[in-house]
Amino acid sequence: MPSPKSAYSIPTKKGKLDTHIFVVWVDNEAGVLARVVGLFSGRGYNIESLAVAEVDATKNISRITIVTTGTPQVIDQIKLQLKKLVPVHKVADFKREDKKVIFKEMALLKIVAQKKKIEKCLKECKKFNPVVLDKTNKSVVVQITALRREIDKMSKKLKPYGLTSTSRTGAIAMTRGAQTFK
Amino acid sequence: MSKLYTGAEIVFKCLEDQEVEYIFGYPGGAVLPIYDELKNHSTIKHILVRHEQGAGHAAEGYARSSGKPGVVLVTSGPGATNVVTALTDAYMDSVPLVCISGQVPTHLIGTDAFQECDTTGITRPCTKHNWLVKDIKELPKVMHEAFKVATTGRPGPVLIDIPKDIQFAKTDYTKFKKEKKLNGKIHNKFSENEINQLIDLISKAKKPVVYTGGGVINSGPQASETLKEFVRLIGFPITSTLQGLGAFPGDDNQFIGMLGMHGTYEANNAMHDCDLLINIGARFDDRITGKIDEFSPKSKKVHIDIDPSSINKIIKVDLAIVGDVNEVIKSVIKKINKKQNGLKDSNKQRISKWWEQIQKWRTKDSLGFINSDKEIKPQHAVKRLYELTKNQDTFITTEVGQHQMWAAQHYKFNKPNRWMTSGGLGTMGYGLPAAVGVQIAHPDKLVIDIAGEASVLMTMQEMSTAVQYNLPIKIFILNNQYMGMVRQWQELLHEKNYSESYSEALPDFVKLAEAYGCKGIKADNPSELDDKIQEMIDYKGPVIFDCHVDPNENCFPMIPSGKPHNQMILGPNDKEENKIIGKGKSLV
Repeated sequence: MPSPKSAYSIPTKKGKLDTHIFVVWVDNEAGVLARVVGLFSGRGYNIESLAVAEVDATKNISRITIVTTGTPQVIDQIKLQLKKLVPVHKVADFKREDKKVIFKEMALLKIVAQKKKIEKCLKECKKFNPVVLDKTNKSVVVQITALRREIDKMSKKLKPYGLTSTSRTGAIAMTRGAQTFK
Repeated sequence: MSKLYTGAEIVFKCLEDQEVEYIFGYPGGAVLPIYDELKNHSTIKHILVRHEQGAGHAAEGYARSSGKPGVVLVTSGPGATNVVTALTDAYMDSVPLVCISGQVPTHLIGTDAFQECDTTGITRPCTKHNWLVKDIKELPKVMHEAFKVATTGRPGPVLIDIPKDIQFAKTDYTKFKKEKKLNGKIHNKFSENEINQLIDLISKAKKPVVYTGGGVINSGPQASETLKEFVRLIGFPITSTLQGLGAFPGDDNQFIGMLGMHGTYEANNAMHDCDLLINIGARFDDRITGKIDEFSPKSKKVHIDIDPSSINKIIKVDLAIVGDVNEVIKSVIKKINKKQNGLKDSNKQRISKWWEQIQKWRTKDSLGFINSDKEIKPQHAVKRLYELTKNQDTFITTEVGQHQMWAAQHYKFNKPNRWMTSGGLGTMGYGLPAAVGVQIAHPDKLVIDIAGEASVLMTMQEMSTAVQYNLPIKIFILNNQYMGMVRQWQELLHEKNYSESYSEALPDFVKLAEAYGCKGIKADNPSELDDKIQEMIDYKGPVIFDCHVDPNENCFPMIPSGKPHNQMILGPNDKEENKIIGKGKSLV
């Protein structure tokens, strides 16, 4: 690479990337998601998945769950920058490996195949709380809840059995035990 | 039933309750109801600019020189997009602005109506917060919250987008009571323990340096007084960022000059070699740190800042104290005076060697330049301007480029809020409208925009504003016919390929001044410089001063970006040193 002539600054070596899950409590108002997502894109942070919905209708609070990767320094920045946004009430941040926190994603899988293959599929799904939402002679729509990588694995596995369409949510998180995040 | 007010009336009621005296603006279709209401509110004066960017910068100048929030009023669409540069500038430099923009009526939003744009969408990344008011009942609350957000914590710009039908709609208004206790998104909860740790570090340091920034200015004039007391108490050398100039007297012996890319030799070397670095209200900007990996490698670092997200953003620090600068230093002083009264003397002994070293660096005279009696050297022009204006309370604004750095290097500021420059965003065209705003806030003071001929042409139309309101601003142009800083980089770093950095066909600034109805003065000889500067100062009206300077002068010292502090390029006075450092130069 030719040496830069008037470089702003030479990028320095990058640290190790960790995956973190941010849970952000926000006022449910117009544009609030754009503020949060815009912060990520504007500052070059990564979003792996995103889940958002209102959780408290009387207080008008939405809960946004964002999975992201970054160096410890970047993760720290994301948290502090999120806290600066006016409609943000509180921010929790968990490492993906954190045993005290439950992470779940949901997926809807449509399998179009013969009965036998469908049976096999449902068997494979057993570990992930399968719920059959729709069934015809030739097809089934099944809902599973699992971790991201488990769903990844399942969709790969079920392809040969006739998996034709996958729809999935972002991760959501909840701490274990009686305590809640303050 | 209580009286109902229109949205436009409520806007003014809120402005009155917030004790706003001036708004900078430009009318248009979507704000006409607000402009219609203006005549009923005699305590609020409207300053009509010539371009909305000018309104924004003027409000910035007003805010930075007065400590009060600047208020801007613009129309929808182009009015709002034109003000985006100023909002971003204010966001980068933490200037409190409240911008009110008109919007097309709510039923037309999203239909690509005439002069419609997604104002809140566009300004979301360049404001602390913004609001689109779709319900008249929300308007009073939003207006007051806007002022609160803009002025508390780390200050910054906010925007309120008000659709035209909301300006006509009616609601009731209860008088606003200013909260005494400010809460919300501000942080001032530093602990006793942190203060003790800082004092411990102070009492052990052998090579300390205090590095201050715009946070001291934003903390209010009292913070500068406290800072003075603190620095004199501990006896440390102090350097400042571009934005922090004036918080500590520039002619004081403990002040070792500005640091960073065009900072002094002594300041940058002190930063590099120190064993304790106390950052007060600055943010480790890339123009300050140079190469991150080699930034102040041997020091313990302390960071005092009101914005928690500034901590560890760029430089990892050993001790972070989140809080208002004034409050933090006040408690440090109190603690030292109470418990460690001996520190004052023991400190001075321990760091006496360090001061000797700094004196050695000082003898380098890194701001020196070779003067000429044939051509006006730009540094000389700034120095003369300083000498001839230092006996009065002078306010300086600048544009962006070489002239800005020369002003920062050679003009000595002794008080806060006297120096308004675009540091973060680096907006050419900032200085002239900012001077308009400063003069509005300080009608009887001398306000000078130290400008470059390229920058000033970007917002030259605001001279018309200055003439309209009889604002005696002085535009002191260091005219070298080049975009000087671009030319300098091209000379030093791009093999003298002066690509598009020379301005042909510049206007005759004297005639231009006359066309605007103000005075034009031209100087191109060092011998006439003083008299002409005096003539400018004495003239009771706006002046454009066209000071023709050496077009080939470079701004030194300079740390090429990507280099650490101890690899500076020095000026022509130090050719020998230049050779040693030449290696660093070729690397960039």
